[in-house]
Amino acid sequence: METLAISLVNAVPVLGGVPMWAMTTVVMVAVAAVVLVFALTFEGLGSYMLRKVAGDIQARIGPNRVGPYGILQFLADGVKLILKEDIIPAKADQFLFKLAPYFVFVGSFAAFVVVPFGVGLIASDLNIGVYYVMAITSLVVIGVMLAGWASNNKWALLGGMRAAAQIVSYEVPVGMALMPAVLIAGSLSLQDIVRSQGGLFGVFGWNLFHNPFTFFSFLLYFTAAQAETNQTPFDLPEAESELVSGYNVEYSGIRFAMFFMAEFGDMFVVAALATACFLGGWHVPYFNAQALPPLWGNILSLCVFLAKALGMVLLMMWVRWTLPRLRVDQLMRMAWKYLIPLTFVNLLGVSLWLLLFNGKGIPQMIAGMIGR
Amino acid sequence: MSAAESNARARAEALPTQEMTINMGPQHPSTHGVLRVILRTDGEVVSNARPDVGYLHRGLEKIGERVTYAQFMPFTDRLDYLAAMNCNCAWAWAVEKLANIEVPERAEYIRVIVCELNRISSHLIAFGSFTADMGAFTPFLYSIRERERVNDLFEDICGNRLTYNYARIGGVSGDLPPGFIEKTKEFLDYFEPKIDEYNELISYNKIFVNRLANVAVVSAADAVAYGLTGPSLRGSGVAFDLRRDEPYSVYPKLDFKVCVGTGERGTVGDCFDRYMVRINEMRESVKIVRQAIAQIPDGPVLAKVPRIFKPAAGEAYVRTECPRGETGIYVISDGTANPYRLKIRTGSFVSMNIFETVTKGLMIADIVAVIGSLDIILPEIDR
Repeated sequence: METLAISLVNAVPVLGGVPMWAMTTVVMVAVAAVVLVFALTFEGLGSYMLRKVAGDIQARIGPNRVGPYGILQFLADGVKLILKEDIIPAKADQFLFKLAPYFVFVGSFAAFVVVPFGVGLIASDLNIGVYYVMAITSLVVIGVMLAGWASNNKWALLGGMRAAAQIVSYEVPVGMALMPAVLIAGSLSLQDIVRSQGGLFGVFGWNLFHNPFTFFSFLLYFTAAQAETNQTPFDLPEAESELVSGYNVEYSGIRFAMFFMAEFGDMFVVAALATACFLGGWHVPYFNAQALPPLWGNILSLCVFLAKALGMVLLMMWVRWTLPRLRVDQLMRMAWKYLIPLTFVNLLGVSLWLLLFNGKGIPQMIAGMIGR
Repeated sequence: MSAAESNARARAEALPTQEMTINMGPQHPSTHGVLRVILRTDGEVVSNARPDVGYLHRGLEKIGERVTYAQFMPFTDRLDYLAAMNCNCAWAWAVEKLANIEVPERAEYIRVIVCELNRISSHLIAFGSFTADMGAFTPFLYSIRERERVNDLFEDICGNRLTYNYARIGGVSGDLPPGFIEKTKEFLDYFEPKIDEYNELISYNKIFVNRLANVAVVSAADAVAYGLTGPSLRGSGVAFDLRRDEPYSVYPKLDFKVCVGTGERGTVGDCFDRYMVRINEMRESVKIVRQAIAQIPDGPVLAKVPRIFKPAAGEAYVRTECPRGETGIYVISDGTANPYRLKIRTGSFVSMNIFETVTKGLMIADIVAVIGSLDIILPEIDR
């Protein structure tokens, strides 16, 4: 933040008289607002996209009434949810009931802070980026459990317990599946991880194609992350046909909307992490976006990043509308008996690969052989 | 006592858990209507699931005593609204047996055609809602898409899309409209490959199979003892189909296979078998409709029945194979214009008997699978 503030002062000398702490605060608030607006916009348009994709897959039309092609549907929904009566069940734990949506929303939204949107476009390039995302998204589980407990509803409680067990279990494989990218980059910072995937190999510079183990860990990450964010086929906490609606069954109006938005936020964070760690982040294949003049480079890399991330989101939606749901015991078995051992073996494989081949990936070795 | 059991017991003593009573329904998305199930669960494991029926009771049998034979026809639409044609025809066959009415052959063929088309549409809903219960919402909309085509056909026949009121005592209300045969053929050609599409999309999906195989196994002996009928009975491997074993109407002239559960992915009689029986029966129904269309003779479609219809005193029981099992209609006449007594036996109601037995020790998600695989419908349970 401070570096940003300093560069701002350098660019606009008039601001030189303003104390440094004030500048930093203003910049922080501004950046947070930009990220929040992006997150909310994505959550709105994401819900529209989800429903349109669902419509296409399910041989129907989807929203088409509000605005051209129904694109303003999310605004109509948002207004409706804000205007709705805010019902709190009489026997609910008032304080916890009100608190829960904030935990879920903050947990999901705070992860946007370290998403590397483009060259220099990152709210805060923390040197513990990956670790931070893993930690902050764990807030969601607290919120979900609180919601389930405070609602004083047995279905909600079951949903909350399912969510707690599921998210905590799947956090392990998610973290372990991200480790290979960290090992290759030698840094936990997401910007560093993205930078490590550039170079002349284009698509083959991505961690996805670095070696067989990283390819595999991408698949593992994608599977486990679907579960961690409660996407079908792992949407047990909100299994509509079993638990009515799960932990959010008693919520209405804007509180419900916060759970809903958090879900889309999570979806984007998962897609963004997959993009940053395995799909080359904002790198344009065979083209160095960093070499462009600042503004153009930023915009180009932002567009590329969003395209990749939205592609991943589409993939998640496709899976969501195709597969049935696992049972809760099968879900747990999958995490502890299959995914976790596999991710550990995979991590070992990547480590050995890096040790044996001096950190070189397959594309680099091939390039070395043909003498480049 | 094995080591695992003693471990479990030691854990239970150290950390006692409390059973929870949960009310599932009458408003619940997966109880297929207003079924209420009282669950006693230990966490997710259900120790007891007691169905509580009666939220949709309309007293159809009593109504039957207060209206004339012909007037009761629209009420049979409401007996099983997903297979109204079958219920219409069941009532017509029962009254015809009571009064010894000879039905024109063309009318019988038309009845078989509409019954089998309705069986297809009913099984489509069973398949679609079952997959939706399992968390896959897309196949449900595919099944609705195909069902629309059947509804269009029925709309051509009788003007209605859900409660048809098409059969009449002595025949059917009107002849097939022009072009109906061609449209039906077109539908069958369109529909048959769709069944394979469903199988590719969801039936053999690994997750789907894992959810259903070996869940809620009903042995053949149990199925017979509890009086299961229809696809739920055949899912347990008992090849019993009233259309073949106690033939009525023109079914003896038609060639079809009785589909039974084979245990192809687990044990004979599990949820998957009951599901597959319905999928395969749709194919057989297509076959039956094709043959009936080819054989249908010309002629009248309604026998001469007096306007004031008073069958001689007596009684009749007719068993028919409806999509949800045997629909039996027992009707007693005392020589007046109204039935003296009417009793309706339905497949869904009898299926509820076995519910409590098979759900012991399952998980909550399996309860939903059992309800879906028995393919119950509430107006048939409560009547």
